Amino acid sequence: MYQIIRKQLLAKGSIVRFDINAPRIAAKVKAGQFVIIRVNETGERIPLTVADKDAFSGTITIIFQVVGKSTALMRSLKEGDIIKDVVGPLGKPADAEKIGTVVMVGGGTGIAILHHVAKAFKEAGNHVIGILGAKDKDLLILTNEMSAICDEIVITTDDGSFGERGFVTQPLKKYLDERYDIKLVYAIGPIIMMKNVCSLTKKYNILTMVSLNPVMIDGTGMCGGCRVTVDNKTQFCCVDGPDFNGHLVDFDELEKRNSIYLKDEKDSLLASIR
Amino acid sequence: MFEDVKYLKFKSYLNTYCPHCRNTFNVEVKDRKYIQFKAIYQGDDIDLKLSPYLDVFDVESTKPITKDDLLDDLLCPRCKKSLIVPDKQCGECGSSVAEVTIAAFSRLLPFYMCMKHGCTWHGLTKADENKIKLKIPRQEMPEQDMKLRIANHGEVPYGYTTELAQLEAGRCLQCKEPKCVNGCPVNVDIPGFIKLVREDDIDGAAKRIKERNILPAICGRVCPQESQCEALCILGIKDRPVAVGNLERFVADFERKMDLVKVPAISTRLNRKIAVVGSGPSGLTVAADLIQLGYSVTIFEALHEAGGVLVYGIPEFRLPKTIVNFEIDFLKQMGVRVEMNTVIGRTIEMDELLQNFDAVFIGVGAGLPVFMNLPGETLGNVFSANEYLTRMNLMKAYKFPEYDTPKPRGNRVVVFGGGNVAMDSARTAIRTGSNEVMIVYRRSRQELPARHEEVRHAEEEGVKFMLLTNPVRYLGNDQGVLKGVECIRMQLGEPDSSGRRRPVPIEGSNFVIDCDIAVVAIGNTSNPILFQTASDIKRNKWGNVEVNPETNETSKENVYAGGDIVTGSATVIQAMGAGRIAANAIHKKLSKTQ
Repeated sequence: MYQIIRKQLLAKGSIVRFDINAPRIAAKVKAGQFVIIRVNETGERIPLTVADKDAFSGTITIIFQVVGKSTALMRSLKEGDIIKDVVGPLGKPADAEKIGTVVMVGGGTGIAILHHVAKAFKEAGNHVIGILGAKDKDLLILTNEMSAICDEIVITTDDGSFGERGFVTQPLKKYLDERYDIKLVYAIGPIIMMKNVCSLTKKYNILTMVSLNPVMIDGTGMCGGCRVTVDNKTQFCCVDGPDFNGHLVDFDELEKRNSIYLKDEKDSLLASIR
Repeated sequence: MFEDVKYLKFKSYLNTYCPHCRNTFNVEVKDRKYIQFKAIYQGDDIDLKLSPYLDVFDVESTKPITKDDLLDDLLCPRCKKSLIVPDKQCGECGSSVAEVTIAAFSRLLPFYMCMKHGCTWHGLTKADENKIKLKIPRQEMPEQDMKLRIANHGEVPYGYTTELAQLEAGRCLQCKEPKCVNGCPVNVDIPGFIKLVREDDIDGAAKRIKERNILPAICGRVCPQESQCEALCILGIKDRPVAVGNLERFVADFERKMDLVKVPAISTRLNRKIAVVGSGPSGLTVAADLIQLGYSVTIFEALHEAGGVLVYGIPEFRLPKTIVNFEIDFLKQMGVRVEMNTVIGRTIEMDELLQNFDAVFIGVGAGLPVFMNLPGETLGNVFSANEYLTRMNLMKAYKFPEYDTPKPRGNRVVVFGGGNVAMDSARTAIRTGSNEVMIVYRRSRQELPARHEEVRHAEEEGVKFMLLTNPVRYLGNDQGVLKGVECIRMQLGEPDSSGRRRPVPIEGSNFVIDCDIAVVAIGNTSNPILFQTASDIKRNKWGNVEVNPETNETSKENVYAGGDIVTGSATVIQAMGAGRIAANAIHKKLSKTQ
């Protein structure tokens, strides 16, 4: 029984936060790992990275943006409703060790995943610098939570409605220029953001980890739909990832693979409205 | 003699005649076939119709005949001459016998029938009897019309009718030392159950099969019989072998449809707990065997539906999911617990399982798809057969948008590989609106590893076979979506280690096949997910688990394994055989340490 314990609408309802009762997963899940959710009998299997957990009360937190039929359906669920299937934790956890100073770069809903990773790095005793970005003020999420975790934090919006105007790469470049003790950059967000962050950090030769979100069905290595090219080798995101060295990831290919079903998703959404 | 009606079933097809006037006894009344006689019973003239199909109770007589009673006389309805032969007696009960002539293997033979109701003596020599059996052709399976079936997902074969099944069962020679049994990985008593079919005890036949095989409805559909039991059938030397698979399927379907499945009462309950990882064929066998011995069994399944490859891999038109669900419900009724959405190695680790269970069986199958490592493999619309079939079967993408998982779109589909999975993918593509579907296989037709029936079905449905062809690279458009595959022609060279002739590419024979979808169905390897947190289970260089073949125990104590995770991609029935070995070994070991 995967019951929704708490539901919260973020970013004017375009982003939704669920706390789901899943004690077995909550006891096991580590930062960076994901779950697969199937809302009902006819639903598709949706991979969602766990944003937080509460092992004591046995809940996991997921945060997702409403983009298609399935996420719209999930938004329509209420507190107390049951989600048919939640399976996890899947994927390899983020390697959160004490290494010194780390920069956490998050964009859009990616901040939700980043939150869990940042927390793990903070708990491991690192100096955590947070850089969060979003389109505008309304789409920014978890700023308070992230401020509590990060030792330093910079917020950017594309239109300047909150924090600095511009993209996350600008403050990141400033940090990379000013500080020489940065050991690791973690970038989680839209593919284009992760790609730009990686091309920037490559110049400084700083290890950059990214969390990928390819099309996925079973999440246990069975279908091979989530294959990504890393270091010119094919990797399965669900068993080998989802976190990879961003300098080795072929982002263009990932972007193309992720856009194959756009037309179907639109059809599905339209069919559900009719 | 009326017991012999069953025997007469096939003789009616051979035609029966009056030895005096050559009148045929075969009649057809309202589309039903009978063998018709006049008889004298207890002083009365009666009409007697023996049905060539149904059992003794279907003898139509104008006066009921009590069992073990003798008929006074049997007459030809036309010439009214007695058919009784005075100088001959029944070889079993000594009663008088009647003679009819039967046409068999291009000659007329006298056929004697005992006049006692209940005696099965027939007077044919064993040699003649077997020759007659050879005369009955193998009964073809009734199938959905090929033009109709490509537009639906319904099962293709309809299954035998009782008549066909009994006719087919009549072909079995009932060998004293049956070879077919040795060909079966779980040694089903094949002649035994076929005999029961012939004797019209179909329920008994089902129970006989289930002594060895708990999933006959599934095995009858998906086993490669032609290379197992049927390959060893003696009839197969001169004629085509007995259709063991079709009969098995008939028996199991009959039992299920007639509601004859009984949940066995389990007398003892042991305080021993067994964990089964994976709900595919091997796991289900282990669960069924051990629950009946009184163990408490829990199956853990990573997906949201139980059945493993039976639900995500094999399509609806080959194995209806209602059958799989029926078998799993049956296990649940016996007391097996099934926990879905549980990934062993992630949700629960192996060592935690061992703390809570006395023994663990790993039957996770070969779940990781193999790709060919060709350029362009990550292009859009290049699928592993696993993904293609999982989308279509498990997620029911063929019902998109009613179900939310999108179905791969494409008019021209190319499938690589020649096994059952390749056939399944190709036939699924045909059914989901692809105009042109091709199977590209690097060897020739003889080497196709798929079941013959599947190859035939695929061909009938319009799948094109491009044999002796191998892909070289995938070609994509600027959106990163597949638009074609470059292939090369092959020729067969010297035999390799598997005994099959090795295909060798013909230089310069490259050509391009235009296509929208490519499905790679060249096999699977073992999934590493369980072993990432259980590295102490020894595996070989292919990633398969190493086991003691006697017990199927792994290098870790109390952990057993079987099925594709040990052997690599194999068949459903082999996985069940491995499950049985493990179940026996678990029981033996645990009862020692009681």
